[in-house]
Amino acid sequence: MSEPGPAGAVAPRLPTDRWRAAEIVFWLALVAAFFLFPQHRVLGSQILITALFAVSLDLILGYAGIVSLGHAAYFGLGAYVAGILAVHGWGEPISGLLIAGLAGALFGFATSILVVRGSDLAQLMVTLGIGLMMYELANQLSSITGGADGLSGVAMNKLLGAFSFDLAGSTAYVYSVVVLFLLFVVARRIVASPFGLSLRGVRENRKRMPAIGAPVTRRLIAVYTVSAAMAGVAGGLLTQTTQFVGLDVFGFPRSADLMIMLVLGGAGRLYGGIVGAAVFMLAHHWLSDLNPIYWQFWLGLLLVVVVLFARGGLLGAIDVVRGRFGGRER
Amino acid sequence: MNPSFLPSRRKVLQGLGAAAAATAFPRYAYAADPLKIGLILPMTGPFASTGRQITAACKLYLQTHGDSVAGRKVELIIKDDTGLAPETTKRIAQEMVVQDRITVLAGFGLTPLAFAAAPVATEAKVPMIVMAAGTEVIPQRSPFIVRTGFTLPQNTAPVALWAAQNNIKRVFSLVTDYAPGHDSEKTFVNRFKAAGGTIIEAVRTPLRNPDYAPFLQRAKDSKADALFVFVPSGEGLAVMKQFEERGLKQTGMKMIGPGDVVDDDILVSIGAPAVGVITSMHYSAAHDSPENKAYVAAMTKANPGMRPNFHSVGGWDGMHLIYEAVKKQPNGNGQQLVEAMKGMKWTSPRGPMMIDPATRDVIQNVYLRETRMVNGEPWNIEFAKFENVKPSGDL
Repeated sequence: MSEPGPAGAVAPRLPTDRWRAAEIVFWLALVAAFFLFPQHRVLGSQILITALFAVSLDLILGYAGIVSLGHAAYFGLGAYVAGILAVHGWGEPISGLLIAGLAGALFGFATSILVVRGSDLAQLMVTLGIGLMMYELANQLSSITGGADGLSGVAMNKLLGAFSFDLAGSTAYVYSVVVLFLLFVVARRIVASPFGLSLRGVRENRKRMPAIGAPVTRRLIAVYTVSAAMAGVAGGLLTQTTQFVGLDVFGFPRSADLMIMLVLGGAGRLYGGIVGAAVFMLAHHWLSDLNPIYWQFWLGLLLVVVVLFARGGLLGAIDVVRGRFGGRER
Repeated sequence: MNPSFLPSRRKVLQGLGAAAAATAFPRYAYAADPLKIGLILPMTGPFASTGRQITAACKLYLQTHGDSVAGRKVELIIKDDTGLAPETTKRIAQEMVVQDRITVLAGFGLTPLAFAAAPVATEAKVPMIVMAAGTEVIPQRSPFIVRTGFTLPQNTAPVALWAAQNNIKRVFSLVTDYAPGHDSEKTFVNRFKAAGGTIIEAVRTPLRNPDYAPFLQRAKDSKADALFVFVPSGEGLAVMKQFEERGLKQTGMKMIGPGDVVDDDILVSIGAPAVGVITSMHYSAAHDSPENKAYVAAMTKANPGMRPNFHSVGGWDGMHLIYEAVKKQPNGNGQQLVEAMKGMKWTSPRGPMMIDPATRDVIQNVYLRETRMVNGEPWNIEFAKFENVKPSGDL
């Protein structure tokens, strides 16, 4: 996390916002996956949702340097908000998703004041605490949330009044891709803006930033709120595509796995979250198919290898390889 | 190029015709259509023992009854849902339906997981055999759900009656805070009170990472005649350890409950502290019948060191139900298979059982058992039985 960002060492101008060819290919690949693997659209949609969640964590962890082990609090809140709305008759997906994002943003704003004050360790503890509190709250309010049995009876209307959420997951996949893309564009714009640059400044040296006139706390609160909103949308998306909410949306493993995915893919580069989520979940899926009992061993081994030999995650490793074999100078 | 290398036009047309015919009637099963059974179970995580027991029983059934039925080859597809993430269970169920084109969904270790998968069964019109999860309302969630395990009210009502008749007046209740626990608590409290008993306090412990020590201390301080306990299979070890360490037994407090706390899978590990616990349940590995003796012997032989528990018979009888339904309806669709299952009766290792045609739930004998040492190992010895107990627990 301490290495300079892709544009860190270049001349003092804003990072370019132009879409590179590799990026366009990446997004076309996500579209192509819909047609190439028609039988895996359900898994695909869950990967995309997790990817969105990972991108939201990347905004605060990779760019602003806020470490969080409780990001599931906002994800879960969005999931329950979307679920409870649908249970009580508000089955329209898009407005439900917006409300889930809004709930994430409000709660993110309220809690950001606690989170952004401390150092790394304090942030870890505070976010962990927020996650645990939300988990227990959902567990206790079982009349509203269904408690440990989960919230069932989530009935969604057709998306745009035309596409129902089908068993094969086609609607879920397309819906997830579109939402991920839209929010990714927003996140991409944010990190390429002067605001985004100031976040990197905070990450690199928090004490110096006030000296050049950047209000550190306000910047951090802003990005934390945006990130929480995105996590809320991701949670809402999961609820709407699975039509079920379980307590595990608030679970610690969800926050911890998320951080693993981000580190695996490469933090501080937005695409790292998406790649990490995809690799982690595909490995999980493939390994547990091979052996339903001992698959966790191989997943653990993969993580150890990546952390040891690919600093900066998988994308970092690709950069290293490209640099070594005469890739473009950056 | 050698012209004979190219397929003739006729061959191409034949091939295309065959392909078109194959895609035109994909839904119709023919005799050689394999019978694919998709087992979704927790194979890792805190509830892995449930998955282990059920897969062992299902595989044993395949070994002993052959891997084909009514001319259809039986394929078991086993997937791990880790026991804690309902959306994973649902996703696996969807994939099994869409990708593997399974005939029957089965397994389901915990109630929330069965709830999450129920809409898939309804939409895909595939029978869903619930082998483990024990909340009473599960079969109401989909007309395609059939249960071969048990319900908590069924396993709780007999011990409530026994307690009231055996000089137990004041009871402290401790259950896990999720639907089966609520079911069990409700059944016990209502029936015990109706029979003249008093509940001092009813506490609920969290489902994940519970610490039983403070609850058991409270139970001890309450000076109740008995402690009523329901915890999910596998958790009994931690409860019994605390029960022993805090010296509740020495105060004369009896432990009672449905049989999950002295689950056969962990009973040997619990050891001596379990002696004297009174439970009611549909299955004990010590059940005295030729069917059960053969079953326990075969299970122990195939899985050294494992004693079959109540979840394993849920798996065994689930397989039996699927086999028998397919024998009746060799090429039946989901609806026809469920119809064939309704009202089916057979003698299981647990004793006689049947599928209630009205609720698609299990009606079976429930036994009162006391945990005793036999040949140096603890066993749940049955000493009384209630015949044909309904899923609601009505005796």
